[in-house]
Amino acid sequence: MAILVDSRTRVICQGFTGSQGTFHSEQSIAYGTRMVGGVTPGKGGQVHLDLPVFDTVHEAKAKTDADATVIYVPPPFAADAIMEAVDAGIELIVCITEGIPVLDMVGVKRMLQDSSSRLVGPNCPGVITPGACKIGIMPGHIHKKGTVGVISRSGTLTYEAVKQTSDVGLGQSTCVGIGGDPIKGTEHIDALELFMADCETESIIMIGEIGGGAEEDAAQFVKDEARRGRRKPIAGFVAGRTAPPGRRMGHAGAVISGGKGGAEDKIEAMRSAGFAIAESPATLGEAVLEAIGR
Amino acid sequence: MNIHEYQAKDLLRARGAPVADGRAVLRAEDAKTAAAELDGPVWVVKAQIHAGGRGKGSFKEPDAGSDGGVRLTRSVEAAAIEARRMLGRTLVTHQTGPGGKQVNRIYIEQGANIDRELYLAVLLDRSSSRISLVCSTEGGMDIEEVARTEPDRIHSFTVDPTIGIQAFHGRRAAAALKLAGTQIRQCVKLISTLYRMCLELDTELIEINPLIVTRSGQLRCLDCKMAFDSNALYRNTAILTLRDESEEDPKELAASKFDLNYIALDGEIGCMVNGAGLAMATMDIIKLYGSEPANFLDVGGGATKEKVVEAFKIITTDSRVKGILVNIFGGIMRCDIIAGGIVDAVRDVGLRVPLVVRLEGTNVEQGKAIIEDSGLNVIAADDLGEAARKIVEAVS
Repeated sequence: MAILVDSRTRVICQGFTGSQGTFHSEQSIAYGTRMVGGVTPGKGGQVHLDLPVFDTVHEAKAKTDADATVIYVPPPFAADAIMEAVDAGIELIVCITEGIPVLDMVGVKRMLQDSSSRLVGPNCPGVITPGACKIGIMPGHIHKKGTVGVISRSGTLTYEAVKQTSDVGLGQSTCVGIGGDPIKGTEHIDALELFMADCETESIIMIGEIGGGAEEDAAQFVKDEARRGRRKPIAGFVAGRTAPPGRRMGHAGAVISGGKGGAEDKIEAMRSAGFAIAESPATLGEAVLEAIGR
Repeated sequence: MNIHEYQAKDLLRARGAPVADGRAVLRAEDAKTAAAELDGPVWVVKAQIHAGGRGKGSFKEPDAGSDGGVRLTRSVEAAAIEARRMLGRTLVTHQTGPGGKQVNRIYIEQGANIDRELYLAVLLDRSSSRISLVCSTEGGMDIEEVARTEPDRIHSFTVDPTIGIQAFHGRRAAAALKLAGTQIRQCVKLISTLYRMCLELDTELIEINPLIVTRSGQLRCLDCKMAFDSNALYRNTAILTLRDESEEDPKELAASKFDLNYIALDGEIGCMVNGAGLAMATMDIIKLYGSEPANFLDVGGGATKEKVVEAFKIITTDSRVKGILVNIFGGIMRCDIIAGGIVDAVRDVGLRVPLVVRLEGTNVEQGKAIIEDSGLNVIAADDLGEAARKIVEAVS
């Protein structure tokens, strides 16, 4: 099962013939992901990495029956690429691109509201179900098939969670990098919902960071679900306890502004919802063990 | 990216928003001429720095006078004197930190008769994923303070991007601001202008605080703060020319030229990390082990050897740095690249403080071997906890 992607997921790549698209598609294919083609406007009809190239996502979808797309298109053109994928009815859209203007994402988000597509990202490492499907830029070899669902706003901190949950012997069901931008397709709460419903996911680790209120929303969600009798062991970590207010810490969305978005409020909300909180980024694996009572 | 008040007002004025006449002054000797071009009877002399709270701030130097960074004067001569007193001096406000900021630019503006002070902002709102309007009758004060003490005095609503800005949005804002008569029409026009500016220039925030109603019943933008989405500057090149590099930390500026994400902090342990989240977490763990981080530094996913060398140089030029922690979880970024960069950097700039390196992920063995074979005095660590403990021990 896992969530979002598995060994049957048919994946195309937008920005396929560019250097990023080529490099990461090669890696994905080597990992065993079912890549079925790619899109680069103007290069339709060519063959790249032994796969067909199309001019439009519509055509790619019609010819390959793809149900997921990964986007490595440069920032000025990325929102357009996401919208094209929504318009073509692709179910899962993973956008890796960092640096998309926020205003562009306002339009994307509005379009997604009226569609059945799901967007993960932008500015994220992607989605991986270990041993089955890797969509994105994460190093495949650190992952291990297992039972922990990983949700994170940060790339390298996700790798840290992956390594530590592997080291304690649990492994991962699926890892979802939701991305570091202020306006994004999938929030913590959306990924939590999917993991809650997935039978292979026995526990969850959610890695947040300063900025916005998504961690507080997720904590409230976990609380509400528990009240309805649906619960899974869940651990959490929030990066940025030492970040000064008003400064954007690398990620466009990681900023404490107007007295909101600080780490302590998020940690408090998560703790009160029953999360096992990792005080240190070196104890993410232990926090998951604590959550499941081992 | 932020700009100065006078620059924001120029942008507003060019688009027909109500702003008083004013002149920016960079040299004290130009102040009198500038003031003389404006009608009195009141001239407002305003220090231009990228920080709020200027009016309530104070200057470090006694000869700048005991008043804050916004001064009312009643003659051209008095305006010129106040401009001279503030230029080059250091203004401290609740947003500058105790060090304050040097005032290099002055804005002299025609004074206004104020009847009411209101608050108006147009911002890119992450929680609704839309442009939202924020209105309050409590203008002229810190809006965060109003949010804390009188949250029901703040009205905000969003604009659906598929319909765009409409007159009713402006009327809704006017009602929230308790405007009446012809002021409603003025408000509709202003809201529409601000919304269009947001679309045109990719502003993250346009904050008019205060928006005033003059005694003759006219709306006027008395102060304005504008922040722009740095991801969108490529399509707003005119805005890029408004950047005032003297407002930025010199080390942060140097880092940005190499596409490094660097933020200076007050602690003693310099950090170099790949990835923003891991960089923040590394700062946090340093604190957890009893020390303080000297900086945030994300070398990014596509760092080259040269970038690593530059990052290292920037960290080592900070005299407060008593130790350095390098924490790399290689994904795309290969550990051997980082290791090569560190070795080059140390050979290049020398090493006068303890250095702990933790490498993990892609090509970790090659990376470790490069560091070991270099013969440099580097303390190796296998995980993040061990790395933090070792660097904190080394500096204490």
